[in-house]
Amino acid sequence: MAAICSVETQLAVERFLYRQAEIVDDREWDAWLALFAEDGKYWMPATADQEVADGQPNIFYEDLFLMEMRIKRVCHPYAHSQAPTQRLSRVVSNVIIESEDGATGDIVVRSKFHLVEYRLDDQRYFGGKYRHHLKQTDDGYRIQLQRVDIANVEGPFGYVLQTWL
Amino acid sequence: MPDGQEVHYGDYVQDDRVHKAVYADQAVYESELDNIFHKKWIYIGHESQVPNPGDYWTTWVGKERMIMSRGSDGAVHVLYNRCPHRGSLICNNEHGNAGKAFRCPYHAWQFYMDGSVRQVPMKQGYDGVIDYKDPQFSMVRAERQGNYRGFIFASLSTEGEDLETYLGQGARAAFDDICNRSPQGEAEIVANCFRIIQHSNWKIFLENQLDAVHPSITHHSTGDAAAAMQKKYKDKTGDDAPMGYQFLADFTLPFEKWDSLQTVGFPNGHTQLTGYMGLRPRDPVTLAHEAALTDAYGAERMDEILSTNVHHVIVYPCLSVQPPLQQLRAVRPLGPNKTLTEIWHFRLKGAPDGIYERALAYYYHVNSPSTMVNADDLNNFRAIQEGLAMVGGGDWVSLHRNAGQDTVDNGVTHSVTGMSEMPMRNMFAAWKQFMTEGN
Ligand code: FES
Ligand SMILES: [Fe+2]
Repeated sequence: MAAICSVETQLAVERFLYRQAEIVDDREWDAWLALFAEDGKYWMPATADQEVADGQPNIFYEDLFLMEMRIKRVCHPYAHSQAPTQRLSRVVSNVIIESEDGATGDIVVRSKFHLVEYRLDDQRYFGGKYRHHLKQTDDGYRIQLQRVDIANVEGPFGYVLQTWL
Repeated sequence: MPDGQEVHYGDYVQDDRVHKAVYADQAVYESELDNIFHKKWIYIGHESQVPNPGDYWTTWVGKERMIMSRGSDGAVHVLYNRCPHRGSLICNNEHGNAGKAFRCPYHAWQFYMDGSVRQVPMKQGYDGVIDYKDPQFSMVRAERQGNYRGFIFASLSTEGEDLETYLGQGARAAFDDICNRSPQGEAEIVANCFRIIQHSNWKIFLENQLDAVHPSITHHSTGDAAAAMQKKYKDKTGDDAPMGYQFLADFTLPFEKWDSLQTVGFPNGHTQLTGYMGLRPRDPVTLAHEAALTDAYGAERMDEILSTNVHHVIVYPCLSVQPPLQQLRAVRPLGPNKTLTEIWHFRLKGAPDGIYERALAYYYHVNSPSTMVNADDLNNFRAIQEGLAMVGGGDWVSLHRNAGQDTVDNGVTHSVTGMSEMPMRNMFAAWKQFMTEGN
């Protein structure tokens, strides 16, 4: 499914996604929280075909409170596994807008990402797809829901995921 | 040990310390597989993982690849995942439904869920040559198989104690305490297995599970972050934060609290940590649970069940179980410095939804691949393993905390404090016994 939308909309959405990628790679945590709507969620399901998050196991399912908790942990001086910390680098591409609400300007957009994570002499590689529900506000887009499906969702994981992919 | 000298693994274990070779030496590891993982009772899975005929789930017992399957007659079978024809793995998927029969991907021999031959293609080549009933042409069953309250175990040795005797009172408590909390006396597994590989020896994980000194230190950051957000949640919304926040905040309880807990050591290395979390607050979920259990068993028995405060049980050598939160982690050694953990949780049949939500919250916050708790544990495990793999720098690992102070009564050992290193000493007593009993 793909929607016909203006070049301006396509560009604005792509800019938003690219900026989000940069924010999380560079650990700009205040900027990260500001990307989400007040009731926004970051969701990584535990299986590829999972349809709902509530009441089921998930890899990530976090609102702004839980995201802020995670940030507080990684910034804590005694977060031992953050010394050294992980370094992330990602590319987001294949940006396809699925729908644009004519009245509100809200967007559903899917995209792909490739990312490497380096920590303690080890490099891990992740690939997958994002699906963003973006809310149009006076201040630009805010994430209502970001769904992240990683290719290796069933693992095994050689280490945990300390921050969001 | 010098070349040519016979190694006595028993010498590696002393009353209050162990030699680093037990964690890092390849030969010791191989011997552990032979003497422990290929002999003792190892957890395979829960019978509710394979609810329908044809269902199967694969796992490991030591170096062996095993299948747990459900036959058309409802029986659960534990088989080696190996084709009797030319040896291929039969199931490549982690789990699935095989329909009426397993079908080998190489030459399409087919097997019923109990491993017996169903069909062989172009069988004229075998006419008058083999008898399909000859066991050498069936998939091989685990040497022994046992079921304790729905939890399936296998032993790859024909000899030794039966399952219930092997588990004893200490390990049976793990499963009893899960099942008893259900008004129907049964647990049902949630069909999701998180798999995380630890870059460390399997024993390091089991020891850490009952190490009550480490949480306030290792998990300092997570406990602080959770406590801060618990407060912020309340301030902002007026409501108490969800239970998961408390689970995380509890990791940084003061040392006096950890000190007040108990650890109990049982034969065969099974070990418990009791006390810890007060999971009987006066909230509506707990009250509904009490009501459901009272209906099923009466008030007195309900009180007995919910007062059982076994926080954590090591079912040696393969499981870490947290019965009050219905969590189970199975240990699958892949090498001296590599361990797969299979991480599960359960629903209590007939219990209120809120009880499951608690289990799910713990599963998410502590046991999922995004856990902020095990982030620091796994980081420790890897650092421990790397320290122990060195040739120099010292040979022994200290287990001296409160050594010589344990009390033993009828084969059951009690520590004087929750922070004692008695659990490690108890597990190593079994290790020494298992590693040397054949000699
Ligand atoms: S190896 Fe299985 S059918 Fe030949
Ligand atoms: Fe820990």
